[in-house]
Amino acid sequence: MKYILMMNTMRTGAGVPTWPRADLQAHIAFMQGLNRDLRESGELVSAEGLSFPDQARLVRAGRDGAPDTDGVFPESKEFLAGFWIVDVDTPERAYAIAARVSAAPGPGGKPLNMLIEVRPVMSAPPPEML
Amino acid sequence: MTEPATANGWDEASEGLLRELAPQVLGVVARRFGDFSSAEDAVQEAMLAAFKQWPLEGVPENPRGWLIRVALRRMTDTVRSEIARRERETAMTPEAEPMIEPAKMETDMDPEDTLVLLFMCCHPALSMPSAIALTLRAVGGLTTAEIANAFMVPETTMAQRISRAKQSIKASKVPFCLPNPQERRERLPAVLHVLYLIFSEGYVSSIGAHLQRLDLAREAIRLTRSARALLPEDAEIAGLLALMLLTNARRNARTAPNEELVPLDKQDRSLWDRAEIAEGTNLLTLALSQGAVGLYQLQAAIAAVHDEATRAEDTDWPQILALYELLQRVSPSPMVTLNHAIAVAMVHGPAHGLERLKALESDERLAGHYRLDAVRGHLFEKLGDLDKAVQHYRAAATKTTSLPEQNYLMTQAARLEEVCKQPKK
Repeated sequence: MKYILMMNTMRTGAGVPTWPRADLQAHIAFMQGLNRDLRESGELVSAEGLSFPDQARLVRAGRDGAPDTDGVFPESKEFLAGFWIVDVDTPERAYAIAARVSAAPGPGGKPLNMLIEVRPVMSAPPPEML
Repeated sequence: MTEPATANGWDEASEGLLRELAPQVLGVVARRFGDFSSAEDAVQEAMLAAFKQWPLEGVPENPRGWLIRVALRRMTDTVRSEIARRERETAMTPEAEPMIEPAKMETDMDPEDTLVLLFMCCHPALSMPSAIALTLRAVGGLTTAEIANAFMVPETTMAQRISRAKQSIKASKVPFCLPNPQERRERLPAVLHVLYLIFSEGYVSSIGAHLQRLDLAREAIRLTRSARALLPEDAEIAGLLALMLLTNARRNARTAPNEELVPLDKQDRSLWDRAEIAEGTNLLTLALSQGAVGLYQLQAAIAAVHDEATRAEDTDWPQILALYELLQRVSPSPMVTLNHAIAVAMVHGPAHGLERLKALESDERLAGHYRLDAVRGHLFEKLGDLDKAVQHYRAAATKTTSLPEQNYLMTQAARLEEVCKQPKK
């Protein structure tokens, strides 16, 4: 079963770029270690970090279908900072990986306890007959 | 799918030959060195070399000998460098014995090797996904890239999965030999389960965007055929092969050209593969006369009853109901109960079927499963209670994690709602 793990980060407050160097390095090493473990366990399908929200553009189809872009990201409290897609044996395993992500070290090495949204990817095969 | 043969006579048959030889070659190398894990790597390298060279240079006169030679050379290189490494580490120079006498290289084939491999790859120490991946590679002769593509994961991920599976086998110290008859009986269900899963992954996924994937259903049939050739007296292997053939026969009818799922009762039965049905039916007849009736033979028997009906309304539902009752005794599971309820509905009416489903509500393996709602939707529709049918189809649509299934269920609900809204005359 494939699951997506979505890491949402608070938009307000002290963001990662303002952290002291040691904290930053610990955080980066944690994420690298996590990805390495998932690769080695044969569970990683993909992992991507997303740019900061000020790089985001909101797009809508304008008249004649041409893209109508809006440069400013609306004031939402949280934004998607990155995601993992994993292929695991059980949902419990997906939750366990999510819990590990959630506890990534923040300032002072304290676990961030981020909220991770876990959802099945629509990849299950349909049944044989109805 | 078939590519034109090249000037050197390379075609699908040559590729089939290569896959056929893979487990035999692996058997020789693994038995010689007593190291399944490294032997598997060496054979994979030999296979890749063949895939590269044979289409250009033509299939060698003795393809099996060629593969064994290349694999043994790789294996010897590995062993030599391993010995050299140890010597460097210990600073000693023991009398290094040559690992292989060249004269012996091409002999020593054992037809049971494929069977040994099958039991090894479907070892209970492995998780199902690992067992499946390893079986496809070591017994099926597929490359890691092909398996990764079939399961839609990156090649590196699949490579890790296979390598971990091999480590588990190494750690469990399973010797490279055929399990004794007693162990074989105990472990055969696991082997059949792996083959069954490979088939259903291939069969049910062979629609829409997945059409480009490797044909796992065909691979599963091929593997099961070779297992059957090695254990011809086993009725359940025959039953499993029959089930695969009788199911696969319908594959061209199970999706509409727009990739929509077509349920069994709406399929264009002229698209069913008659030759495959005939083969499956004959196999099943043979299997049923062989003795103890198992779960695969029963499922094959149910598939055969469906397949022999020229029109959906000709289906012999009382016989299917009787078979599901047997299946409930031989191999009870909530899914069997669910299908049994459908058969009850077809024989005694939808109300009786719905009554049966009540028993499943308290079963936590199925409570909240979309299939329960999907079947309810189907039975309420038959009962004429369209509002309830719509409600259950929609509930099922939000719970399933299969995209084609979700599209199907939402369309069912939308279709019924149109009927409800039509002005009554």
